Amino acid sequence: MATQAADKPALKTEGTAPDAVVVRFAGDSGDGMQLTGGQFTLSTALAGNDLATFPDFPAEIRAPQGTLFGVSAFQINFGSREINTAGDAPDVLVAMNPAALKVNLDALKPGGLIIADTGEFTKRNLDKAKYDSNPLEDGSLAKWDLLAFDISALTIEAVKDFGLGNKDALRSKNMWTLGLALWMFDRDRQPIIDWLKSKFRNKPEIADANIAALNAGHAYGETAELSGPLRQVQVAPLPAEPGLYRTITGAEAVSLGLVAGAQLAGLPMFFGGYPITPASAILHHLARLKEFGVTTFQAEDEIAAICSAIGASYAGQLGVTSSSGPGIALKGEAMGLAVMTELPLVIVNSQRGGPSTGLPTKTEQSDLYQAVYGRNGDAPIPVISASSPGDVFECAIEACRIAVEYMTPVMLLTDGYIANAAEPWKVPDPDSFAPFKVEFLTEKNNGDQLLPYKRDENGKRPWIKPGTPGLMHRIGGIEKQEGTGNIDYSPENHQAMTDARKDKIDGISVPDQQVTVGNDSGKLLVVGWGSTFGPIRRAVSNCRARGLDVSHTHFRHIWPLPANSGELLRRFDKVLVPEMNTGQFKTVLRDQLLVDAQPYTKTSGQPFKIAELEAAIEEALK
Amino acid sequence: MNELTKVETTLKDWETDQEVRWCPGCGDYAILKAVQRTLPQLGADPANTCFISGIGCSSRFPYYIESYGFHTIHGRAPAFATGVKLANPDLDVWLVTGDGDGLSIGGNHLMHVLRRNVNMQIMLFNNEIYGLTKGQYSPTSRENTRSPSTPLGSVDHPTNPCAFALGAGARFVARGFDVSKNLPDVLKAAHAHKGAAFIEIFQNCIVYNKDVFDDFAAPKGAEDRQLWLTHGEPMLFGNQKTGEIKGLKLDAANFRFEVVDVVDGDWQAAGVQVHDATNRMLAHMLVELPFGPFPMPLGVIYDDPAPTYESAVMAEKARASEGKDTSLAKLLAKGQSWTVE
Repeated sequence: MATQAADKPALKTEGTAPDAVVVRFAGDSGDGMQLTGGQFTLSTALAGNDLATFPDFPAEIRAPQGTLFGVSAFQINFGSREINTAGDAPDVLVAMNPAALKVNLDALKPGGLIIADTGEFTKRNLDKAKYDSNPLEDGSLAKWDLLAFDISALTIEAVKDFGLGNKDALRSKNMWTLGLALWMFDRDRQPIIDWLKSKFRNKPEIADANIAALNAGHAYGETAELSGPLRQVQVAPLPAEPGLYRTITGAEAVSLGLVAGAQLAGLPMFFGGYPITPASAILHHLARLKEFGVTTFQAEDEIAAICSAIGASYAGQLGVTSSSGPGIALKGEAMGLAVMTELPLVIVNSQRGGPSTGLPTKTEQSDLYQAVYGRNGDAPIPVISASSPGDVFECAIEACRIAVEYMTPVMLLTDGYIANAAEPWKVPDPDSFAPFKVEFLTEKNNGDQLLPYKRDENGKRPWIKPGTPGLMHRIGGIEKQEGTGNIDYSPENHQAMTDARKDKIDGISVPDQQVTVGNDSGKLLVVGWGSTFGPIRRAVSNCRARGLDVSHTHFRHIWPLPANSGELLRRFDKVLVPEMNTGQFKTVLRDQLLVDAQPYTKTSGQPFKIAELEAAIEEALK
Repeated sequence: MNELTKVETTLKDWETDQEVRWCPGCGDYAILKAVQRTLPQLGADPANTCFISGIGCSSRFPYYIESYGFHTIHGRAPAFATGVKLANPDLDVWLVTGDGDGLSIGGNHLMHVLRRNVNMQIMLFNNEIYGLTKGQYSPTSRENTRSPSTPLGSVDHPTNPCAFALGAGARFVARGFDVSKNLPDVLKAAHAHKGAAFIEIFQNCIVYNKDVFDDFAAPKGAEDRQLWLTHGEPMLFGNQKTGEIKGLKLDAANFRFEVVDVVDGDWQAAGVQVHDATNRMLAHMLVELPFGPFPMPLGVIYDDPAPTYESAVMAEKARASEGKDTSLAKLLAKGQSWTVE
């Protein structure tokens, strides 16, 4: 059986409905491709398909028009079967200009469909995209189906009654294109119309123009059906578990999870943040949730963001901070203080390509060392990683739980892919999560003496809010004396406190590690963590369907590792660890478990393709 | 300042059981005593008082005050204190920092806590040197300061803490020095001010920068070199006993001060300026007065309250929450959703 990338394009399967289709919308970064993709995602979800998306946009906000580096793309994979990834290769490429065509063409499946706006294939734009001749006319696209027409002119025509200038009229091009896509997949336009009306409620003429463009695109599909490669495709809904669903991005899910976590702890939440791609969306979401007891604080820098959150935790709220790699690096010293003072804190790291500024809008998993080891001194911090946008919700709750139950900072790892990608999410019942209500110390805990560092059976010290009568005490970053928390540099005390901090984190109770796909033992175990969940799961499933002895396990708890991890990994002849870094989790596994974990790595800023992983699995099994 | 019930305490109530670890003779001892003397006079409640510091000699301060204390990391105390005040605006927060902690590594945070106007007292102990790291020059060290890191003398220009604070938008700026009998009054004024109250306290580092403030802080001849400011009072200095009184007069045409002699106590005739602590331009002029030709302005230089940051944040939060549904279940299901039967 061939791998998915070499499959025939889904739309060419005459007579049968495809079980999955991959569409990529690509245009200038000002063309509204992310918006188009987002709305197409919503209509797909409403149609009952399973889906996964991959927004891929440049770091520049408005890169010079028509340039290759200014291309913004949004890919969606949807189907009547379980969808694990945004798809290796698109079946349909919508190219709004020559640059978008050039950048994205290589990915398109042979025989796939190109929809291009001829109105943008001008001499000037072709030059900018470094085309010597017009690819729509020179026969270079022969191995694909091509549908080229003047979307720009058709849009201007569709909105001419609204008195907009050409420039404003052309802003509706993305809605015209969306209308055509909705027709192609037989989707209801009404939810998009409702959304446009609400989005432009203060500018009804803009709403009307966009709706007119949407309808015109849709109508174009109907009338053009008889000619050429454009035809309507039905993708059946995937029967899903009954319940209420919505689409959710990782950034939304982490925000909601933090709100839920704070409520389960019975605490107001304080979020200290500083703008950084791709983590800012969390600050934006939480800033709108004040009624849930959330205070958001845009600090003067990353350091102040975490320090203010520690200050809030010290004062009795649940302190949270969030950033991406470079900002996390700046927060390192303060994390050490939270370790030393044993205050609860949640640190969300939406990883991006590094080092340094790296690739701000691209995804990577290269902050694992930083999360696990990246502080001065012996400063252990529990690390949790989320595997998908929906999974972040539970992970955020778990991070809050560990933070308050063990009085410790906790690092939650997501990445740029999870932060921006959307997936259908079965809305959970908040009551289904066990509360972990915090109790503050209100009276002296050792007869008539206060011991701020007296530990319970979990190694946790009490949480004492300033303002509590009779419990005045001092804490800080200097080594603390066991029990009293007073300054103490003595050798035996530092040894005892270092051990106590380590034992506390090592002793955190985390669930046993399970196999996600496959058997409990065998020839090959593929070990993943984070956003590689989708592609690994699909690749392992595909390989198993071909009779290969391969299984998949996916780690949520990176530090401490689940207690059965070593035993589980040793039940397999080989262990393969695909990661979007140079092999960081592999190192942790080797160090902690003494197993011969083999790396399979990629650092292109793009998620793994299923085909790549299948090839790696086949190679490992040779 | 907080409108909380006043609590009766004595100086002793504010002493901890911890051994004070500053060098014998350090100016920090005098400041500690001045604070411990002031707190009972304020009716402060130890349980509701929180001292927050960064790193350096000055930042050991919280260990020696019997209240809540948080000794944080280098330069970042204002950020911790901001989080504390946003989480619990009722806490009475005192920030302790130094010239290195507050103006070098932590200059950014000091600027922002002042511009935001978070309600707290900020005591910056200025000894013009890095003490705890053994004597390197600091951002307030005078030009040509010889130190282990500048054996040939420093070449960079020092910053002026009060000018920095005013520039950052501070609504309260005051000055005192460690052994001054007036220091408790300055602290009380700072505490009475609602908002970020900035106090520069000149502090004698007897090991690495001994007596560097003697030119105005030494008792002998002090009256000629110290200008203690009082709101609504003329800017007078000089020897009361000998009657050699001088004053500051505004040379409006050239927009600068000049020193004038006051004859027979008639300061009006001499044209001496009356201090207006609410006049921001006046404050700018006072903090920029060159010492030498002019005395050192001390006391409350500027005091003009504005709404505090935490009150604005709380008010906005209350407005935004009014009448809003706080059901988590509804929040989770928000947006366009669909039901699978």
